[in-house]
Amino acid sequence: MTIYGVALLAVCYIVGQLFGENLGKLLGIDANVGGVGFAMLMLILLSDWLSKRGFMKPETESGISFWNQMYIPIIVAMAATQNVAAAISGGLLAILAGIIPTAIAFAMIPMLSRFFKPKNTEGGHDHGNNH
Amino acid sequence: MIMETITNFLAKNGLVVAFLVTGAIMYAANFLSINAFKKKVPGAAIAIVFGLFMAYIGGVTTGGKNGIADIKIFSGFSLMGGAMLRDFAIISTALGASFVVMRQSGIVGLVSLFLGVILTFFAGAGIAYVFGYTDAKSMTTIGAGACTYIVGPVTGAAVGASSELIALSIAIGVVKATIVAIGTPLVAKYIGLNNPHTAMIFGGIIGTNAGVMAGLAATDPKLVPYGALTATFYTGLGCLLCPSVLYIFMKMCFG
Repeated sequence: MTIYGVALLAVCYIVGQLFGENLGKLLGIDANVGGVGFAMLMLILLSDWLSKRGFMKPETESGISFWNQMYIPIIVAMAATQNVAAAISGGLLAILAGIIPTAIAFAMIPMLSRFFKPKNTEGGHDHGNNH
Repeated sequence: MIMETITNFLAKNGLVVAFLVTGAIMYAANFLSINAFKKKVPGAAIAIVFGLFMAYIGGVTTGGKNGIADIKIFSGFSLMGGAMLRDFAIISTALGASFVVMRQSGIVGLVSLFLGVILTFFAGAGIAYVFGYTDAKSMTTIGAGACTYIVGPVTGAAVGASSELIALSIAIGVVKATIVAIGTPLVAKYIGLNNPHTAMIFGGIIGTNAGVMAGLAATDPKLVPYGALTATFYTGLGCLLCPSVLYIFMKMCFG
């Protein structure tokens, strides 16, 4: 059933986000630390475990892949709710302090990528479905 | 009278309205991508830029801070584009992502996270200094704002910065998210952002969730889970480092 997939996603969301919230509390900061990341790892491991035991039916998976396909429209909706007006009215300092450090960070990416090359370089074609 | 009924109805069923409007935006964006840009600009990128433009219109017309969602009939955008559905959808992208790649790039992901926060912080603080903010409190808040629009106010509140300064740090963070969303597909080719390994570095060093997710979606949706995995730690790390060690460092240097 489709809802099983949605529920599986929900359990990963809740456990991962709670873990991130509590990790933040534990570190004494007012922010979620890695909640989405923990939830993603949990989903990968859990779905792998379930499919090895034959519990991942196509209908179950469709409950997850629906949200996967909704992701870009949701990001568009998110973009539409950003405080863009404030960003522009923040003046030159806001614009420069937003752009220059980001440009420096962008420039570091090729260097880091070369310096820490993964052992088996399969380039851009290693997003295989391993479930 | 009829107008009022329609407005109230649309506001009450906001999420469904948001689905319809976003669907129309996606259709128009894909149409433009194919017919006007010969597929050189992805439909998702056009749609995201259009979304940001709508946010600007909403902010200017209402004076609110939630973009288009401050206009009554579009209020459903705040649910559809809010953190809950966003994170729910982002997590779903992990299905089909390779755990092996994530583990291999784990170390560089961690390095890029620290490098991203520290580098961005000091670059932001340096710009603050050039603009005449030469005290540790202001430079720290502005440097933190250059990380993300959450790190900025969290840090500003922690170090006791003024509310104008905190508002400025939020504005800086939003500029960053916007520029990353628009700029990533444009520079992807030049920084080699076409594989999961680089996507993890990108997520770690850039870190602003909204920008990273939108930027990768517009570049190549297959890379989204990898960038999202590292980016999700950035704001937390920034909130950890900026008001503590980095602030202490600034205090030692600038008093």
